[in-house]
Amino acid sequence: MTILNIVLNILSIGIPFSVSLLLASLGEMFNQRAGIFNLGCEGIMSMGAFLGFMSAYYLQNTAMVPYANLIGIAAAGIAGALLGLLFALVTVTFHAPQGIAGIGLQMLGTGTAGTLFRHFVGGVAGVPGLSNRPIPLLSEIPFIGPVFFNMNILAYAAFLFVPVSHYILFKTPWGLKVRAVGTSPRSADTMAINVNRTRYQALAAGGLLAGIAGAYLSLGQAKMFADDIVAGRGFIAVALVYFGRWDPYWILGGSLLFSIAQSLQLSIQVLGIKFPYEFAVMFPYVLVIVVLAFTRNSAIKGPSELGVPYDREKRI
Amino acid sequence: MKTPVRVAYVVLVSLVAALAAVGIGAIVLTILGADVFQTYKVILTEPLKDLFGITEVLVRAVPLILVALGIAISFRAGILNIGAEGQIQMGVISATAVALVWPDLPKGILVPLVLLGGAAGGALWASIAGYLRAKLGVNEILSTVMLNYIAAQLYGFLLRGPMIDPAELQTGSGTPQSVRLPKSAWIDRIIPGTRLHWGIVLAVVLAILVYILMWHTTWGFKMRAAGASPKATRYGGINVESCLFSAMVLAGAFAGLAGAVEVTAVHRRAIEGISSGYGFSGIVVALFGGLHPGGIIPAALFFGVLLVGTDMTQRIMSIPANMVSVLQGAVILSIISAKMVINDPYAREKFARRFLHSKDKERGPGGEGIPEEHGAQNEETVNIEAKQ
Repeated sequence: MTILNIVLNILSIGIPFSVSLLLASLGEMFNQRAGIFNLGCEGIMSMGAFLGFMSAYYLQNTAMVPYANLIGIAAAGIAGALLGLLFALVTVTFHAPQGIAGIGLQMLGTGTAGTLFRHFVGGVAGVPGLSNRPIPLLSEIPFIGPVFFNMNILAYAAFLFVPVSHYILFKTPWGLKVRAVGTSPRSADTMAINVNRTRYQALAAGGLLAGIAGAYLSLGQAKMFADDIVAGRGFIAVALVYFGRWDPYWILGGSLLFSIAQSLQLSIQVLGIKFPYEFAVMFPYVLVIVVLAFTRNSAIKGPSELGVPYDREKRI
Repeated sequence: MKTPVRVAYVVLVSLVAALAAVGIGAIVLTILGADVFQTYKVILTEPLKDLFGITEVLVRAVPLILVALGIAISFRAGILNIGAEGQIQMGVISATAVALVWPDLPKGILVPLVLLGGAAGGALWASIAGYLRAKLGVNEILSTVMLNYIAAQLYGFLLRGPMIDPAELQTGSGTPQSVRLPKSAWIDRIIPGTRLHWGIVLAVVLAILVYILMWHTTWGFKMRAAGASPKATRYGGINVESCLFSAMVLAGAFAGLAGAVEVTAVHRRAIEGISSGYGFSGIVVALFGGLHPGGIIPAALFFGVLLVGTDMTQRIMSIPANMVSVLQGAVILSIISAKMVINDPYAREKFARRFLHSKDKERGPGGEGIPEEHGAQNEETVNIEAKQ
């Protein structure tokens, strides 16, 4: 019975943890399906977390309180989309190498979020954030109920978005365009698909999702902001896309695996097992490397033109 | 394309790129409500006003040069090392360990030993990512970023646990730092009363050695070839994987050495936050310096000014020092964009035709060929610097 409780406890912490990874990975999946490797995800998430926090922080004592979280999420999404477009300008229009551009965007995003936070807030400050909304009836099921049906609205929306994104990617004309420009941009171009425009759209969509993923961190999870709040989740999200073979359901599985690993790590600390906590914190990062080492063959399932800028004028 | 047209093109693109980078910084500063011109003026001139400022710039430039040299090697070889931050910390740890294990050795032996120890620590840490890339095809950017997080935890663990100064435990303050290094392991200061140390000479000498290695030895040629065209290199009978691995290990060694120099010359004990972002700033310096030792030294001085300058704006104008990260990110994005646009023969032709009515239309873009590699790039660097 106690073991069951521990497991349920780990799950009830771990599953909400997965939301930010899931949203960011799904966004990155759209980017990579369109052939763009966006390592700036970390920076976009940082800006999203900051803007989500700031909106809630400034609106918490005004008449706008009921909408504070919504405004925060919207601001994070819009800023994320704009940063995605900036990344598109650099990598799609100017054909800059995507890996380095991603590091640049990461520095820009985390730097801006950190600078603005220190200037406008400075110290530790909490926000009410998103509250849990148990689903009636379902949340009363013993054991499973509290684990799966007692989360905040953004978390439900994120999990619902998994089938939606699968539908978008595989059943809609836009999804087909995205996959086409990521796999064979020249053929897509020949078929009158505007490669650059599609890549811009995919990057904006990916940025939007990454921004919201950041807002989830500050509003739904930590209910505060700190410089290192994202703590590599943006990079883990990129790794999860490889692990998830560019497929929403696999990505869902991957993000659950990682977040449960993380909550396991936390519960090891809480249970007071004699173990240096630094090694527990390392665990998810080690897991990423291990996962990457064992999923290298998945690349054959991925978009073949990933990371290759498309130049219409170039002679083959 | 005619040379003056080409120069005009390069100058124009560089100016636009520099303005874009400065502009992004200006947007953030405007949001902060700061006086944009005043802030840039303080950042760029305040550090150069007195001896203290100038020596601090040089002190910052030393790790930047060392890290950037390693990053330039790895980028040239086509393996993107983002893990310098972790490699610096590993270098600090191993250098400190060497110094504390053999404190009685004479200075002439101990100092080189400590530096080698630091380089070995960084190299070893980098070799994980190098091996994973060369043997298993693991994306090196992701693995090095993850290794940064792991190294930070390992560093914290060692400083709080096995390597903590026993005095910290006795007094109960528990500051996570190691014992002070023995004097025989110190790199001496050049000007007493400042922190300027002989590491700067080491950095310049190593820059020359890296130039010789990369442009005047077979090994360097192989590594550059592996980066420029892996397929052709493999066809030419060169083992690309071993080039990638050795470039990564060299990059790690330079980052580790930077850590060793920081600990023996500046702080003299391993403390928390010793790498202070040099791993990431080094990437910017390497790119800004055109991935060439001759460009890296001025670039490191420039970013040294930027680092000291943003520290000063924090004190004088209470603008957070994180601002430097904003500027670095903006600089990276604008440099790589400018470089691609400058090297794009079609864009250049378009420019020539539209704005300068050049007569060589009939030659067409196909005849242009691939532009030479460094000329345009170095011009760009100089221009950006001149502008700022």
